[in-house]
Amino acid sequence: MPPVLQVTDLKAHYFGFRGTRVVKAVDGVSFCVEAGETLGLVGESGCGKTTTCHAIVRLLPPGARIVGGSIELDGENLLDKSPSEMRQIRGRRIATILQDPMASLDPLFSIYDQVAEPAYYHRSLRGARLRARVRELLAAVRIPSPERRMKEFPHQMSGGMRQRIVGAIAQAGGPQIIVADEPTTNLDVTIQLQYLNLLKDLQRASGVALIFVTHNLGIVAKMCDNVAVMYAGKIVEMQSVRGLFYAPKHPYTRALLDSIPKLGSKEPLYAIPGQPPDLSALPTGCTFHPRCSQVMDRCRTDEPWEHPLGDGATARCWLAIPEATRA
Amino acid sequence: MATIPARATPIGSVSRVAMRSYRIVAEVPSIPLLMLSILVLAAVFAPVIAPHGKFTPVKPTSAQCQEKFGTATCPYVDYVPPFWSSTGTVDTPLGTDFLGRDVLSRLMHGARISLVVALTGTLFAGAIGTLLGVLAGYLGKWWDQIIMRVTDAWLTLPSLVFAILLSSVRGPGVWNVVLILALVFWSRYSRAVRGEVLALRERDFVRLAEINGIGKLTIIFRHLIPNVMNTVMVLFSLQVGVAVIIEASLSFLGVGVPPPEPSWGLMMAQERDSLMAGKWWLAVFPGICITMLVLSANMLGDWLRVRLDPQLRNR
Amino acid sequence: MREPLLDVRDLRKHFAVGGGLLGGKPGHVKAVDGISFTINPSETLGLVGESGCGKTTTAKLILAAEEPTAGAITFEGRDLATLKGKELMDYRRKVQVVFQDPYSSLSPRLRVGEIIGEPIVAHERLSRGEVQARVAELLALVGLRPDMARLFPHEFSGGQRQRLAIARALSTNARLVVLDEPVSALDVSIRAHIIRLLEEVQARLGVSYLFIAHDLAAVSHLSQQTAVMYLGKLVEVADSLALCAAPLHPYTKALFAASLPSHPDEMREEIVLTGEVPSALNPPPGCHFHPRCPFAMPRCSEREPALLEVSPGHAVACYLYES
Repeated sequence: MPPVLQVTDLKAHYFGFRGTRVVKAVDGVSFCVEAGETLGLVGESGCGKTTTCHAIVRLLPPGARIVGGSIELDGENLLDKSPSEMRQIRGRRIATILQDPMASLDPLFSIYDQVAEPAYYHRSLRGARLRARVRELLAAVRIPSPERRMKEFPHQMSGGMRQRIVGAIAQAGGPQIIVADEPTTNLDVTIQLQYLNLLKDLQRASGVALIFVTHNLGIVAKMCDNVAVMYAGKIVEMQSVRGLFYAPKHPYTRALLDSIPKLGSKEPLYAIPGQPPDLSALPTGCTFHPRCSQVMDRCRTDEPWEHPLGDGATARCWLAIPEATRA
Repeated sequence: MATIPARATPIGSVSRVAMRSYRIVAEVPSIPLLMLSILVLAAVFAPVIAPHGKFTPVKPTSAQCQEKFGTATCPYVDYVPPFWSSTGTVDTPLGTDFLGRDVLSRLMHGARISLVVALTGTLFAGAIGTLLGVLAGYLGKWWDQIIMRVTDAWLTLPSLVFAILLSSVRGPGVWNVVLILALVFWSRYSRAVRGEVLALRERDFVRLAEINGIGKLTIIFRHLIPNVMNTVMVLFSLQVGVAVIIEASLSFLGVGVPPPEPSWGLMMAQERDSLMAGKWWLAVFPGICITMLVLSANMLGDWLRVRLDPQLRNR
Repeated sequence: MREPLLDVRDLRKHFAVGGGLLGGKPGHVKAVDGISFTINPSETLGLVGESGCGKTTTAKLILAAEEPTAGAITFEGRDLATLKGKELMDYRRKVQVVFQDPYSSLSPRLRVGEIIGEPIVAHERLSRGEVQARVAELLALVGLRPDMARLFPHEFSGGQRQRLAIARALSTNARLVVLDEPVSALDVSIRAHIIRLLEEVQARLGVSYLFIAHDLAAVSHLSQQTAVMYLGKLVEVADSLALCAAPLHPYTKALFAASLPSHPDEMREEIVLTGEVPSALNPPPGCHFHPRCPFAMPRCSEREPALLEVSPGHAVACYLYES
């Protein structure tokens, strides 16, 4: 069975000033997600994870274009699809959950209207069956008294509830894969826990694949099966979640893990020197080398490729590439 | 999906400068700036570069006198058409008026009046309106109530009618027109500025200044006013066009700039009848000048508004 | 015992809402409802809680941006309510704040040197040269180059702007700096820089911090003492490491459970709270937490438990621990 989503060498660039300025937001990203699996896409601001999400559903902002690679949903390349075909796919086979629930929900429509919409268009449900489905979805995201809540409007709900409704909308079309872009950033900690548990339960029940974009390694530890770490538009490390935490192969991953305060520990934090890079003026060689604690001469001049480590894991670092193949 | 090869090689410094300049030129609104520059240059250098005086009639050639009056000399030749018609001369390229004065020179001197009046009038209006708007927005309570109610009332007055009323009280004169413009238009600013200030004062840096014990007056001049300047500048450039038209209208109606000053509006007024008599150049050229000024001010203002806004969002 | 720098006793702040022409019953939002804590010189008190718990209002009260409805704030032995004029200015000089959002805390149209120097100019009579020298010193203290004083805020990154905010807070030799979620808006790799900077500054200058955040790990890292707030009340106050080792109050336990693991196999007591944070307009009777508490007993809805010390330096407000 092919993986639900297979992204190969995806490149998406921003073109500014009439084509004279190119920002390589996503520059050769490859990964795959199986059904029922959660892939974490980790990185800081400007690393390209949000652009990757937009590229997957082919909703890039004006000024950005996919310039290479392929995105295969169940074996079909999405880049070959026409706009009307994509409209059939969005919502029905791929759904998204974004960061700000207030921005995802239309303040003028009732909860019922918004949750029902994907089911109406993509599954052609009507009347009583549609109502039943909406009730089912709201119950699945643990909204208490769904009959009453259906008639209410987004501004009458709390942040946590809104985000759960966004989750219900995402599920409404019965998608194979959900792309969640930092959905819990604006939520309180205890609400966040409720929400993450909910997502996990939903996944277990429906077998949906999940791409979870975040900068928070704690969420990754809790939610993800596999993790891809992005830096300056490329994936620098991809491993199973245990592999990443217990045996990180890329200095950036290691540095990130060391820089996070741990509960109950007063150990000094490691502060990664330097700044995240300017995507329109990337350093030569490995893009991380100016900030790397283990930089070698080779790193300054030659960019390492994504080296397979077995079992789908990869690392983009000269340290991970054995001497023999470093030609 | 067309593939565009991304630039792989770094660009040399010379071509980078060229690219930057191209970006700047492409982004800047060249047409309005060009129009505006022409008018401003004409206004500034009028006394120096105008071919003839603004009041004195052009000394005619004997050929002209012969043609018109049948005598060898004459004090002036009136209604000479523009240079491209049969009886026109290059000496008075846009023709002369009923007193034999060169239209082009009068237009250039008139540019001074229009620009000065419009700019200073709008400037005073802006200063008053901005100050009142900031006070209303920041100090709140009864300051806000009083200033805003006055603003509301002021805004309901039709500007031209109000201007005419004021001018009948003050009488004609360049500086009276400036005063009238200031009095009529300040309310446009106070409304917009108050809105900005209401948002601004919730921003962290203002709260911080308050927490630090910085005085209200200092906050107003140091933090609030510089940050509303964007809005004010845009409003200003859009209002300049309006001011020009009001000044022209007032002069047209005889209650603005008094003759013999070559205000464009006045020129159009005096030559209204000439239009029907076939001497079109006397009314059309001032009209074109007014149009140019208002158009370029508006286009500039529009461009400014778009330019300044996204920056604010990003910063 | 050292004299505490800041001592807060039974602080309350109620906001009146509703009533009058707008209809509805007149009510009170009890944003802060009787909290007490102390901060010692050169130490950090962490204040954790979720949205609506009152931590922001507490910050405003301490910064003298709001007046308390009841209770006392004592700073360096003087009651804040009695300070006026010059003494109040002096208080403002010694108690400063760093806000969460690095993008709106710096005035966009002023040069960075002027922004940092503003408190100095407001409070002290120094010549221009002296102010500039102080600004250069402060920039160096926070790890930036002194020649950056002529730049504008938008020319700096988020992390750098937060450094500027810290420099500004320290410009008048403040004794207490209120840090209102100083790192939440920053990238993960930058947070470590700022936390390190705050630690260094505290070690060098002996400044105290009130560190307000929702990230338990960051708070426990930087603070000696941590206080947990829920709906206007303090539910637990303890030494940070002791709190992490053995949290007592059910809400604290839930916060710890909800705080994300640092590796995939970390075993956490799974406490998932039901429901939402109730509104401060109509808090539940008795212990405010009882509707969501997995250990609620009948007496919890009758009367509020008091914050009592159950072991040296560790206080809880919960009937589970009242003997």
